[in-house]
Amino acid sequence: MKYILMMNATKANWDAYAKWSKQDLQRNVAFMRAFSKELKDSGVFVATEGLGWPNEAKIVRAGKDGEPITDGVFAESKEFLAGYWIIDVESTEQAYKIAARASAAPGLGGTPGSMPIEVRQVLSSFADLGL
Amino acid sequence: MPGQPLDVPLEHLLRELTPQVLGTVVRRFRDFAAAEDAVQEALLAAATQWPDEGLPDSPRAWLTQVAFRRMTDQIRSESARRRRESEMVLEASRVPEATTTIDAASEEDDTLVLLFMCCHPALTLSSAIALTLRAVGGLTTAEIAKAFLVPEPTMAQRISRAKQSIKDSGIPFQLPTTEERAQRLRAVLHVLYLIFNEGYTSSGGPQLQRVELSREAIRLTRSLRTLLSNDAEIAGLLALMLLTDARRLARTNKEGDLIPLTQQDRALWDRQQIAEGVTLISATLPKGSVGPYQLQAAIAAVHDEAARAEDTDWPQILALYDLLRRMADNPMVVLNHAIAAAMVHGPTKGLELVDALKADARVANHHRLDAVRAHLLEMAGDREGAVKHYRAAAGKTGSLPERNYLLMQAARLLSELRLVDGQE
Repeated sequence: MKYILMMNATKANWDAYAKWSKQDLQRNVAFMRAFSKELKDSGVFVATEGLGWPNEAKIVRAGKDGEPITDGVFAESKEFLAGYWIIDVESTEQAYKIAARASAAPGLGGTPGSMPIEVRQVLSSFADLGL
Repeated sequence: MPGQPLDVPLEHLLRELTPQVLGTVVRRFRDFAAAEDAVQEALLAAATQWPDEGLPDSPRAWLTQVAFRRMTDQIRSESARRRRESEMVLEASRVPEATTTIDAASEEDDTLVLLFMCCHPALTLSSAIALTLRAVGGLTTAEIAKAFLVPEPTMAQRISRAKQSIKDSGIPFQLPTTEERAQRLRAVLHVLYLIFNEGYTSSGGPQLQRVELSREAIRLTRSLRTLLSNDAEIAGLLALMLLTDARRLARTNKEGDLIPLTQQDRALWDRQQIAEGVTLISATLPKGSVGPYQLQAAIAAVHDEAARAEDTDWPQILALYDLLRRMADNPMVVLNHAIAAAMVHGPTKGLELVDALKADARVANHHRLDAVRAHLLEMAGDREGAVKHYRAAAGKTGSLPERNYLLMQAARLLSELRLVDGQE
């Protein structure tokens, strides 16, 4: 079963991150690197990406003529996707365990950040009708 | 076929032979898209058969023969299909006999013609890059997809669209005319430069495959230079690649963090490659037709020749950037020029030059503008200003290692500021 683990953060969270100390940043970056390697080594890794700063984020809708209409004025409290992992695991419990590892990524002062991780199942493109 | 041992690395040999074989097949069948597929099949057949059966007497003739056979099979089945469909008896299409005689005179031209074709301005840059790597470089679609971190079907589609564009635009399989030659050559050099950069500037992703891209760009530029040895810009581009690639090992630490030029461990630089690049650019510049690649190579050479960062001959670099600015209207050049000016005349001069770019739409919102400004502000002693601009740059860059680097710079300055505050 595939799951996507999503890190979400508000604009205020992003700005706070940019003000971390060098040591805190280094610890966090090192953790993320090691975490991805751990997922690869244990054979559950499918994909991971980090996303750009949300300053330039836009919501796009098609206008009547199909032309893009963009909206980019967001409340400070709006959450943006900061990055994600896709993993292939045996059970939901395993996905939760891995999500908890990600959530424990070192935050300010090196203590676990307890960052919220949204866990969602990724639908398979094959139908399993149990036949 | 007598079984010779595979003493030459097979992959290297196959890549060398790819454009030559493809040239022969296109010349014979006049269908670039189909010929390209046939040659890829021949390469795959060689890669699976040669390790077991040994190298054939003439690897090139072997590949040509297999590709010819694929082409004839395809033509036969095509015409059979048409016959069935139309119930008309068509004259059996004339299928040329496979031949092992090779026209040596056209063989070199073939590689050139292929390069010009794959880098044709009718193609988008990403298509041109992919097609060049496959048709001239002999890489498989899977290898190219891996190097560009996209799924293989995506890359396959990009390549087949590129081939379709070539077909649709009716580009003939011949060298460009004398009038358009210079311009077309510039397009070829640009594609080779982009292939090199793609491999060099990325630290993310599976690094090994990306390094391969830079090596491939160097190899292709080298072979282009043997074909057109009189062109100074080809030599300039090759020298630039060699002199830049020489610093590869020092450019990141083992965690993958970026290390700027001034802080690199110069003992890790590839001296042999630097020597080759310096010799090449020194021999090329005096010939007189100086272009942007030669100037960039000359700048890289000045950097590479400094034993320590503080030994860098900045006045010479500044003079070279002056020339480069006059030659190319490129805001990135202006930014580098500003850094050189700051090193020679102080940060105020550099900041003046950077300020002039604020109105330039090509770069006004680019992270490099903020990054350079931050660097110069730091040189000028304005730590608060530098922090602000390092953070702004971090918010704009599209590269994760670069973002980490810029945030760390801001954090480092901030801790220095706190230290100063604490002492007061």
